[in-house]
Amino acid sequence: MKNTGMNDDILISARGLSVGFQIGKGMFDKRVLKAVDKVDVDIEAGSFFGLVGESGSGKTTLGRAFLKAVPITEGGATYNDGEVELDLATLDGAELKDYRKRAQLIFQDPYAALSPRMTVRDIIAEPLEVMGLTKSRAETDERVREIAAKCRLNLEHLRRFPHAFSGGQRQRISIARALVSGPKFVVADESVAALDVSIQADVLNLLKELQRDLGITFMFISHDLSVVAHTCDHVAVMYLGRLVESAPTMELFKAPRHPYTKALFSAIPSLDPDDDKSAQKLEGEIPSPTNQPSGCKFHTRCPFVVDRCKTEEPKLEHADGSGHEVSCHRWKELMESHAL
Amino acid sequence: MSDLITVQNLTLKFRTDEGLITAVDDVSFRVRKGEVMGLVGESGSGKSVTAKALMHLNAKNAVYTPESKIILHTDAGEIDVLALRKAAEMKVVRGGAISMIFQEPMASFAPAISIGKQMIEQLMLHSDMSKAQARKHSIEMLDRVGISDPDKRFDQFAFELSGGMRQRAMIAMALSTKPKLLIADEPTTALDVTIQAQVIDLMKDLVKEFDMGIIFITHDLGVVAQTADYVSVMYLGRLIEKGPVREVIRDPRHPYTQGLIDALPKLDELDKPLTPIPGDIPSPLERPPGCVFNTRCSKIVGPQCTTVLPPDIKVSPTHRVACYIYKEEGQA
Repeated sequence: MKNTGMNDDILISARGLSVGFQIGKGMFDKRVLKAVDKVDVDIEAGSFFGLVGESGSGKTTLGRAFLKAVPITEGGATYNDGEVELDLATLDGAELKDYRKRAQLIFQDPYAALSPRMTVRDIIAEPLEVMGLTKSRAETDERVREIAAKCRLNLEHLRRFPHAFSGGQRQRISIARALVSGPKFVVADESVAALDVSIQADVLNLLKELQRDLGITFMFISHDLSVVAHTCDHVAVMYLGRLVESAPTMELFKAPRHPYTKALFSAIPSLDPDDDKSAQKLEGEIPSPTNQPSGCKFHTRCPFVVDRCKTEEPKLEHADGSGHEVSCHRWKELMESHAL
Repeated sequence: MSDLITVQNLTLKFRTDEGLITAVDDVSFRVRKGEVMGLVGESGSGKSVTAKALMHLNAKNAVYTPESKIILHTDAGEIDVLALRKAAEMKVVRGGAISMIFQEPMASFAPAISIGKQMIEQLMLHSDMSKAQARKHSIEMLDRVGISDPDKRFDQFAFELSGGMRQRAMIAMALSTKPKLLIADEPTTALDVTIQAQVIDLMKDLVKEFDMGIIFITHDLGVVAQTADYVSVMYLGRLIEKGPVREVIRDPRHPYTQGLIDALPKLDELDKPLTPIPGDIPSPLERPPGCVFNTRCSKIVGPQCTTVLPPDIKVSPTHRVACYIYKEEGQA
């Protein structure tokens, strides 16, 4: 199923990873909302890994599971950066503390993520102080200045408070704070969604630059396919907690094999006013995660649904391209008949 | 096509502790019947404030200059919106001739009153329908915008509907009074792409069916390309380019519009790096002199860019740009 020959380069590997939240209200009501459902995924070290999905698809929860911000309820995930090998499902104590230095998160809203009462210097220095990574104030200042320069903030900025900055600058401060502890793995959750288009491109270019210069592995979570297409090396698509398709970016955009991926592409409003793609538009809405459909979770909206889809859940299997995986009973058939 | 609303030299400032802040500066445009006008701009461009001015909805500290004119053309004659003072007069405009839908439908519905009750309330206010008629009409409208089980939804509360359903209900409510003009302020921004596509299709159908005008406010050029007939681009309170959607999107003339289109990630050019517009949008407190875009522009032609406001230049019979790069047609 998975390309096992390159195991050395895999930073994070998940097998059957599930995250459930109990929503039942008592001893006899043990209903569980499965936000992430049996996900298998490998994230290559040094890559820019994109995770795409609509609201309720479980993309944020999967990112948080990798950061140990929500408990993994089933299955597991391993982290291996060459220095340490960790089992994310059971990680705790000193190992978990160590992992916090290695894995960091960049938030969506740079207006909410920065304390208004701290100077930019203190905001960026806080992780170093909390984790005890530096021995003296001089050393802290040195590291803060270093990372600030990499994030294109100048010394004068460090003395000011966040309110003095625009959205793009604030996001650069958030990035500097996430990177100051020298993490190997960074989850960027909708990190450009709150920015204006003219600023967004700047932050995306900065993230790419940092990935190259510092060798960081990024997991980039977004609902915006065109942003993901431009920044990521590999893209995984989620729907209702399941991974429906995963492939190198070019491969996925040129030859999507899952009907949902295809529908997502055609739903992006085109810049060409005469381009009318309404023929492929999806009907209906994403079902509630508390009341999930049986079989393939996409069957309620899929234009190619057959009886088998309603009862039997498809498995993620290798598709035609290298590193291309898809979870659909009919992908081969649809590909051969050029239905997609 | 006849004019629905004409905006002339609209200048709007807010009185604040830091002094007068210019939010909209000398903006003129018009919307005709059966036409969708896309109003594009980033945060702080003044697009929402402009739209609110059309219904006289801005806060009490808003100051309009005497030259500002907003004329609403109705069957009963012209209404000067900015001259309206009494609530009873404003009723003709607000919710009567003009309806508005907002970005966040959860925030626009009262949470503790059923959707149906809210729909009936406005119909009773703006028409002479009886309660039973209003109920019947509301349910028909919910059905028209594609809400399943409209009878059941009618008695539900906003929190019981999904985001897409809520926005549909909002559209149904806004259109039930048969407004002449609909102002849609980022109506699809909070929705998922597959749902956004459905709502855009619905709105396009409704313009034709109701023969009204729409002002579609958005930051998303893709959404504008798919919905609008005309586009106006705003930056820092100024209208810097306007014209038919095909001309503006395919052949943008203002350096800002060009930059905006270049900064947009495009699916058919994955190898091309993204080109951001350098710098940040200046604070409205520090509006640059001359052309408002001069602090970020890469095509400065001379000292006039940073000192004197550029005039509106006609680059085609229907396409206008406020930039010194261009000269009026027929002039050297």
